[in-house]
Amino acid sequence: MSGAAISVRARAGGVLRDMLARPSGAIGLFLVTFHLALAILSPWVVPYDYKAMDATGTLAGPSAAHWLGTDHLGRDVLTRVMLGGREALLITGIATPVALVWGGLAGVWLGLRGGWPDEVAMRLVDAFLALPGILPLLVLITVFGTGGEVLLPTLAFFFGIPVIRVARAAAHEVVARDFISAARARGHRPLDIVRREILPNVTDTLLVEGAMRWSWMLLGFSALSFLGFGVSPPRPDWGLMVSDARVYMSLAPLGVIAPVVALSTLIIGINLTADALAKTLGLDRARKAVI
Amino acid sequence: MTAQPPLIDISGLRVGFRGRSGAMLPVLHEVDLAVRRGESVGIVGESGSGKSTLALAAMGYLRHGLARLDGVARFDGQDMFALAQPELARIRGGKLGLIPQNSGQALTPTQRIGAQIAESLRLHCDHDPASHRDRACDLLAQVRLPDPDTILRRYPHELSGGQQQRVAIAMALAGEPEALLLDEPTTGLDVTTQAHILALLRGLARERDMAMVYVSHDLGVIAQVCDRVHVLYAGETVLAGPARAVLTTPAHPYASALLAAIPGLGDRALPRALEGRPPTPDMARTGCAFAPRCGLATDDCRAAAPPMASTPDGQRARCLYPDKVAPPAASQGDRPATAADGPPLLTTQALSVRYDSPGLLARLRGRSRAPATVAGIDLALRRGETLGLVGESGSGKSTILRAIAGLLPPAGGQIGLADGTDLATAAERRRPETLRRIQMIFQNPDESLNPRQTVGDILAQPLRLYFGLRGQPCRDRAADLLETVRLGAHYLDRLPGQLSGGEKQRVAVARAFAAGPEAVLCDEITSALDVSVQAAVLELLNDLKARHGTGFVFVSHDLTVVRALSDRVAVLYQGRICEAGPTDAVFAPPHHPYTDVLLGAVLAPDPDHAPRLLAEDAAELSPPARGCPFQRRCPVKCGTICETDTPPARETADGHVIRCHIPLADLRGRETGQTAS
Amino acid sequence: MLGMIARRFALGLVTVWLVSVIIFLGVEALPGDACTAILERDAHGEALAACREAMGLDTPALARYAEWAAGVVQGEFGMSAGGQESIAQMVGYRVRNSLLLAAGALAVGIPLAITLGVVAGLARDRWPDLLFSTGAILAMTIPEFVAATVLILVFAIWLGWVPAIVLTPADAPPLEFFPEFILASTVLTMLMIAHVMRMIRASVIEAMASEYVQMATLKGVPYWRIVFRHALPNALLPAINVIALTVAWLLGGVVVVEVVFNYPGLGRLLVDAISERDLPVVQAVTMIVAATYVGVNLVADILSLALNPRLRSHRARQA
Repeated sequence: MSGAAISVRARAGGVLRDMLARPSGAIGLFLVTFHLALAILSPWVVPYDYKAMDATGTLAGPSAAHWLGTDHLGRDVLTRVMLGGREALLITGIATPVALVWGGLAGVWLGLRGGWPDEVAMRLVDAFLALPGILPLLVLITVFGTGGEVLLPTLAFFFGIPVIRVARAAAHEVVARDFISAARARGHRPLDIVRREILPNVTDTLLVEGAMRWSWMLLGFSALSFLGFGVSPPRPDWGLMVSDARVYMSLAPLGVIAPVVALSTLIIGINLTADALAKTLGLDRARKAVI
Repeated sequence: MTAQPPLIDISGLRVGFRGRSGAMLPVLHEVDLAVRRGESVGIVGESGSGKSTLALAAMGYLRHGLARLDGVARFDGQDMFALAQPELARIRGGKLGLIPQNSGQALTPTQRIGAQIAESLRLHCDHDPASHRDRACDLLAQVRLPDPDTILRRYPHELSGGQQQRVAIAMALAGEPEALLLDEPTTGLDVTTQAHILALLRGLARERDMAMVYVSHDLGVIAQVCDRVHVLYAGETVLAGPARAVLTTPAHPYASALLAAIPGLGDRALPRALEGRPPTPDMARTGCAFAPRCGLATDDCRAAAPPMASTPDGQRARCLYPDKVAPPAASQGDRPATAADGPPLLTTQALSVRYDSPGLLARLRGRSRAPATVAGIDLALRRGETLGLVGESGSGKSTILRAIAGLLPPAGGQIGLADGTDLATAAERRRPETLRRIQMIFQNPDESLNPRQTVGDILAQPLRLYFGLRGQPCRDRAADLLETVRLGAHYLDRLPGQLSGGEKQRVAVARAFAAGPEAVLCDEITSALDVSVQAAVLELLNDLKARHGTGFVFVSHDLTVVRALSDRVAVLYQGRICEAGPTDAVFAPPHHPYTDVLLGAVLAPDPDHAPRLLAEDAAELSPPARGCPFQRRCPVKCGTICETDTPPARETADGHVIRCHIPLADLRGRETGQTAS
Repeated sequence: MLGMIARRFALGLVTVWLVSVIIFLGVEALPGDACTAILERDAHGEALAACREAMGLDTPALARYAEWAAGVVQGEFGMSAGGQESIAQMVGYRVRNSLLLAAGALAVGIPLAITLGVVAGLARDRWPDLLFSTGAILAMTIPEFVAATVLILVFAIWLGWVPAIVLTPADAPPLEFFPEFILASTVLTMLMIAHVMRMIRASVIEAMASEYVQMATLKGVPYWRIVFRHALPNALLPAINVIALTVAWLLGGVVVVEVVFNYPGLGRLLVDAISERDLPVVQAVTMIVAATYVGVNLVADILSLALNPRLRSHRARQA
């Protein structure tokens, strides 16, 4: 047992190392890192312009010029697949932390506050959760348009609501413990108690929850694009590509398979990472003492 | 000495688990245990000694992660680790029964009691299934549970701790066992309940000629029930022998130190503390495991592990110098620092606290309110004095502390400091200076320290809040505080998860003293600690009290600890004071009937001392609406006046107050309980 | 216990009422209304005012809400934006179709999920567990539209068992859209099993590691009896709530699947209505779905109360 200072950075380093030691963690982190790198670097690496239409061959199969063939407008599938995650990752990558922060803080505060503000808020949360998932998004987008400036706040707001539940439950668990009573007895201000005592104990749960939220949000984003409510053409997006290409599935299946594989590998990566994170932080099952 | 082989015969057992580095870390080192039919053997040890592991191994069971490295565990001649599952299942719960530590968790929550007992009957008896119900009722009657029919229909969570434990005993008896393994079965139970259950077990063992293996950390319990004793230390048997010999003249220094660390109801002295920690499984050991902490250790002890040596009185000790071990009575602790006189520092008058608040519906219906959880509490704490609050579960002692600390709102009465500061306000609304003067330490050190903060951070909280210290001055002060609780400055950067229970509690003490308080509220702070660690903490508190003149309000269910530390004592039952006054006076007759019951139930590590069971072991949910709080269980209730009128406060010659309807002369004349020996 | 049920019921009603308010306010807050949608570019001046008066949109919001709410309670949802169809009529058959879909998925999925989850939990870290768990993770990561598309690729295009694109009216008898029904419910079932199975697996693992299972082992109870009489009853209790959440998800995820398969259900109707800005229909469908969700949760809560002894007893003591 080392007596070395345990700073946040050191702890994060330790957690990362433990995660990489697990096969699920290693694969997951690799996939996520790969996709992030792809999203960042792809504009400089792609062979073609995503809009460029090759008049010579639409729905062509794989060839030396087009490794994954072309779509119904003659655009290079490989290019569009490589670029297809950028918008999704950008928007969800910002919306997820925002959802986590607002949902997490609201949930923790409610867990502490209790009483009737808590009751009222939970009824509201239940009511919002009762709405069929995709609906509010569809409605807002229909009215306000499909730009990122609409998608981002919408996603952040609606995906933050389930986080309130999780954060509240975690806060409840922490508040019952004596070190909170000790802090109250010393007379610390409630805000200080939240900041110093409660939040550090709740962040683990929120991190795992955040990873899961991110994968949900990506799926939701792709579904929106698929339905035509997300990214607008001609910009490339995996969901949109599947929607366009499915009509021609029998002729050029790669147009569907490629974006599917891309999206699936990213989601699998995130889920595996979340799984490994949960196991490393000891959140999947309480460990009993051996002796 | 019969030639019969022992019923339970464990020899050379080595058990270990695979550590993080991959190495096999041993938990039990070649332990032997032999129990004959009808014999009761106690296994004594502190946490981490491996005693539970040993007892369960007798059933051929090891907890997940443990593996048997060597040795045999036989029951009735059969090797339990080699038996096939069906055979094993036949013996377990049948001829060899187990009473678990926490019956509340060990009974299946979704099955009724009747179903669970019937299951045992079905598995281990040949009787006609139709007769199961009657047999179950019979078993419940044997464990002295009233109203067996109702209990059979209940679910485990609907019973009290004592009732659950009795059900577990009944379930084990259903298999008509020849031997019983008891894994700390009275831990967590009230003192009086514990005394009843032990008496029951003793009676059953005698009637049925059952062998018993009794695991406990409590030597008082062992003294009650066992003929022979095994003492385990860090996974090794260090001492084995007849109970009387081991408890009076132990032949091993560890056993002697353990006995000296137990506070007794006798002379008012602090128990002797044992410094240091037992070795953990990952530490390599050469020589005697106890050598680092032993006053008799020589280089020979440290060089090679001592073999077992026999003594004339029938003990076997793993020690090179068994005849040099000082008897426990010879090592007396210090007398506690005596109080300074003066005006009271902290007082409460007629304090009452409620937990319930009736909902709107109940109020509309005009239902009268339930009696307050705690009522009529008059306390006074003087500077430098330790006031003990003693009582069992439901006595409201923790509630009173929380009200004083401002964590619970008082429903009535007053709490105040000497200079007139009113403490009846919530902690959030008190001034920092007021808060600083009263600090609180909690029971469970695992819970009262934030697992994500380093020790330095934890100590910095009060320093920053009350004195505005930051940075290096803060750290320096924190290091000083650690010194006063005898922890080195290198602990500053450790997380609570890296500390032992005793070390964590010391940090909690340091944190309380960081504020420089005038009064410290201690809520069962030693109840979760091993005996030797408890002694160290008590010594520490005494030291701090002598140095700073701090007053303590010390809450505990353990009479002996309260006696050792307190200047004045108040005995509580169901949230009301029964008796209060200077410690010596309260512990000497005359007693309130409840104090009598409590004193009678105290166990001493002395085989000649038997507890007296004076009242029924019934758990009460709430105090009675009127009259004396003890009316429902009092063995000397004098009539309906106890149910209608609040008992008057009667003052004795030596300055303590008893609240009872029975006049003092009559109380004095009764056969009184535990006198100072 | 009756008191607890009554309380849950009341809370459920409050939630449904809140949903209706949220929906109404949400729609109100949107720029434009039914009239701007109908008149489009002509939506200004006289024509707009006349339209609003005709549609009753000039009365204050509170009155309109009250009227609408009263109607909903009686099952009267008003007319669609075009003023042509009674919403109640439109919705009726589609409710039936969507319920069929959900019921089909549940009937197959729940028993299968429970079985797989229990097997995976009992065989922890051995091959059945690894197989099922990995399968579950894979199934969870594939979006519904992808799974749906792939199924069409396989069954409609490659195998030709079902026609690829079919337009069945909503009120057609179920047999006519049976192929879509099978495909759609397969997708939903797959995804549902993945989620429920993982939760049940975790629950089973926790139950098997509990102290009462250890005690039962040491009491000599045979393994399978422990599993069925001691562990599973405790492990499956949380499953009730999980299943309720899954039903909620089914009602939501149905949208995408119905679109892909052209299934004549509520989800399809919803998406069309949103595209056409037919807000009354949107309001109505959302209310129905939300009310169903609350109702399902209520049933789950009541079942939990009934089956979990610890929640029932007012005399419960702390252990």
